[in-house]
Amino acid sequence: MKNTWAVFMKQVNETFKNKTILIQFLMFPMLVIVMENAVQIDNMPEHFFVKLFSVMFVGMAPLTCMSSIISEEREKNTLKVLMMSNVRPVEYLLGVGSYVFLMCTAGTLVFAVVGEYRGKELAVFTAVMSAGIVLSELTGAMIGIFSRSQMTAASVTVPVMMVFSFLPMLSMFNESIKKAAAIIYSQQLSEMINGIGTTDISAKSVVILLVNFAAADVVFAAAYKRKGLE
Amino acid sequence: MSIMIKAEGISKSFGEKRVLESIGLEIGSGEIFGLLGPSGAGKTTLIKILTGQLLQDGGSAEINGNDSRRLTGDERRRIGITMDDFGIYERLSCADNLKIFARIYGMTQKDVLDALEKVGLSEAQKTTAGKLSKGMKGRLKLARAFMTAPDILFLDEPASGLDPVSANEIHRLILSEKARGKTVFLTTHTMAEAEKLCDNIALLCDGRIVEYGSPAEICRRYDHQRMLKINLRDGRDIVIPHNKEAAVKVASLIEEGKTETIHTTEPDLETVFTEITGKELSA
Repeated sequence: MKNTWAVFMKQVNETFKNKTILIQFLMFPMLVIVMENAVQIDNMPEHFFVKLFSVMFVGMAPLTCMSSIISEEREKNTLKVLMMSNVRPVEYLLGVGSYVFLMCTAGTLVFAVVGEYRGKELAVFTAVMSAGIVLSELTGAMIGIFSRSQMTAASVTVPVMMVFSFLPMLSMFNESIKKAAAIIYSQQLSEMINGIGTTDISAKSVVILLVNFAAADVVFAAAYKRKGLE
Repeated sequence: MSIMIKAEGISKSFGEKRVLESIGLEIGSGEIFGLLGPSGAGKTTLIKILTGQLLQDGGSAEINGNDSRRLTGDERRRIGITMDDFGIYERLSCADNLKIFARIYGMTQKDVLDALEKVGLSEAQKTTAGKLSKGMKGRLKLARAFMTAPDILFLDEPASGLDPVSANEIHRLILSEKARGKTVFLTTHTMAEAEKLCDNIALLCDGRIVEYGSPAEICRRYDHQRMLKINLRDGRDIVIPHNKEAAVKVASLIEEGKTETIHTTEPDLETVFTEITGKELSA
């Protein structure tokens, strides 16, 4: 536990010094405040930008942060020093993962406030976002594990992140994309968030989300077994 | 004197390339041991095997009587390691860098400040590590290695690439650790560093130990000419065989007040290494 705490606190200390990571946490929450207040179009769904950007945030920030932090530590050999200091890989991943989760949850709360979610709606929104954050974290950690440098990680992260964060938006305009995107978690998160206050979460969405979880776990475990952290 | 580091028949290959071949050594408590060899000789590979970062193909390595492949958390804590490629958190301050490890080892803020003071970085405690000079970064890495007051220190080229002043500072720190009874295993390709610091050295070439002993002993072993070089007060140098007759000659020169300095002419480690391997030590 103390090792996880040490890694977590390291990340906390770096928060305002690592601009690449900080901007990921701030960009969409700030953007949603601006857009919700600045853009008013007739017949635009209520809190359109909250629903749009929250899914993009969940598909982008945790994934980019995890892959960037892990790959940087691998590249600069600070991860090796931690491992030599008795920090186990699972403790490291939990430390970084809980930090990213906490920061993204803070972002989630900004979306919740701007989206005026209350009571059950707030609980559902937070739960849906949390599930998405964890799934994106697993994907980002997987990329970090396979990347020897930040540059390699970025070249993989960008297309993966674009798939997860932009497909739900593109599926609004194209039925074929919508059908194809239905199997990925961010599309289901988008449908769940869009349905808050109007429709209940469908069993199909929950099943797809669980399948995504299972798949991410299996692939992550295989990646970790094959490559380890060092 | 108890044996702190022991290696027997260590061998390691990377693919087809044999990197280490039948390495054996014993390092006693309180000793500074130097592993000398040119770049690519296998020094870092051996240090990684001894510290459990890399598994050997054959042979055994023990640290304080424990198999290096199965060191427990407590046993690891008693080893301080600084490798050339070990990173520091460049965005964090010196103190924050050490605080991470203080949290891991259950140490206090005072321990952090003590470690920084020990390496002369007290005034730089709030300085961002990325802004430190190379020498100061080296000292920060040493502070991290010294923090847990380990019994054994593994230092991989600790003064490599540093200016003489910074290198001397690192040497002073290493000697002060020896004075505290610590065992130090260091790798270097600098002959002067080995002669200055080490009680015993091993010369490593192409993955094999080609010579082993104290620096002076090794140099004497290869003193084939056994000559004495006498610098006279009038500026002339004379070289005479180092034998019984030399004693008479030297005594008379001293009596006559003609001598400035007298030296034996054994080769230095660089020359010895070149004689054994046909290669340059600093290559």
